[in-house]
Amino acid sequence: MSDATEVATIPITVDFSGGLEMLFDNQRRHSVALPAAQTSGKPANIAFLIDYLCKNLMKDPRSDLFVLDGHIRPGILVLINDADWELEGEEAYEIQPRDNILFVSTLHGG
Amino acid sequence: MRPALCVNCKTERALIKRPKNHEKLCKACFIAVFEDEVHHTITSSRLFSPGEKVAIGASGGKDSTVLASVLKTLNERHNYGLELVLLSIDEGIKGYRDDSLETVKRNAVQYEMPLKVVGYDELYGGEDQVVETIGKKGNCTYCGVFRRQALDRGAKMLGIKHVVTGHNADDVAETVLMNLLRGDLARLSRSTSIVTGDSRSEVKRSKPLKYSYEKEIVLYAHHKKLDYFSTECIYSPEAFRGSARGLIKQLERVRPTAILDIVRSGEDMARLVPGESKPSCACKGQAPGALASAEDDIGGCGSQNGRTPGNEMAAMDKRLRENEAHEGLEIDVAKAMSESKTGSERQRELPIRGGHGDSKPRQVLGNCKRCGYMSSQDICQACMLLEGLNKNRAQIQI
Ligand SMILES: [Zn+2]
Repeated sequence: MSDATEVATIPITVDFSGGLEMLFDNQRRHSVALPAAQTSGKPANIAFLIDYLCKNLMKDPRSDLFVLDGHIRPGILVLINDADWELEGEEAYEIQPRDNILFVSTLHGG
Repeated sequence: MRPALCVNCKTERALIKRPKNHEKLCKACFIAVFEDEVHHTITSSRLFSPGEKVAIGASGGKDSTVLASVLKTLNERHNYGLELVLLSIDEGIKGYRDDSLETVKRNAVQYEMPLKVVGYDELYGGEDQVVETIGKKGNCTYCGVFRRQALDRGAKMLGIKHVVTGHNADDVAETVLMNLLRGDLARLSRSTSIVTGDSRSEVKRSKPLKYSYEKEIVLYAHHKKLDYFSTECIYSPEAFRGSARGLIKQLERVRPTAILDIVRSGEDMARLVPGESKPSCACKGQAPGALASAEDDIGGCGSQNGRTPGNEMAAMDKRLRENEAHEGLEIDVAKAMSESKTGSERQRELPIRGGHGDSKPRQVLGNCKRCGYMSSQDICQACMLLEGLNKNRAQIQI
């Protein structure tokens, strides 16, 4: 986490719904400047974003409601520009500028 | 990666990958297919009759909101001739459910349906302390028992004999799994029928979304931009239910068809139980048949976070379980309805044990000595729970 000014970032929007907004300051939409590359040098992908959100955006200590064993908690849907992430390569999808990533929980309230 | 095209219309970009068959669909085709499948479930199980008044158990959550939206759409599209009413239960807990009720009120306007809100105070005689205690102490068990009764009673107040709830395939699979793990084939059988109810109360309950994946319900709500409310339920599910739910979600991740497969397995096992109904839909293959789900055990509030409950809740659950083992409140309407079935498929007679290995005779339905609600016990489930709560409170106060 050194010298953030030199880090190239990708502007994206991240949405939370279905109850997940509770973990993120009760706010549904967040504008995020995501580092364009991971520490390994690989381009930022969804797995990196999830880790980034846990470390930088989550206001709630209950990260297990979002991530289990290093992966998105089963029962949470991920939509990349409104498409199911299963159609886009899931965690490996490389994030593009102005992407919208939506995390929606199916686990809350009938 | 080039975006995949919809396998149906072959023109639009696919946005959905269906868990049941991996089909890639665009938004419009997905919405159409989702609605068609619910329509198929409704018609093949002859869920409704023309002119019927139907109350939709509405919580403002995703399942009941989708149910209301789909039923309105199908009722108009296929001329079911239904009179649809939203029926909502107000637990009377300050701060909690306020937003849910507000959502239901908006839904009533959006779907042009009358809304009836029934308060616990109305049902349980304005005993504020009791109402408050139910709210504070409750878990899904309480939620389920009280809300089920409340829906029945609310429907009766409206003169309605049919309540539909938003229980989905994930809920049914969870219940099948729980009964399987308990070795309770008799209840497993009842828990798979699409229609349940009580001949005495004359209120029939059904689950038109029985074959709909929770995932698709959420996606339907998302793509149709439905107005629903998500809250973390203040009731935590018992540990066992939480585990079953977690397992189902994990299975779905590796093998999405698992959820409907569990539901179908439950239905197949139900057919082995002597005296249980056969499916009313003979469809095999991709379209899900409208087979038989019961409510016995289907979670009350639908909010499953898999939290660990206290021992107290486990003990309460055990008492309930023992109570329910007497073949309590539930009587299978589907069974009565399918009496004229053909005997083409011979049923195997298997010795079916109850969940507890004992074979108490089926009890006669009577009325609860406290509240007068129909019950196979001297004291109904709701009153038993209240008694337990009061005992606990007394202990705390000492
Ligand atoms: Zn299409």
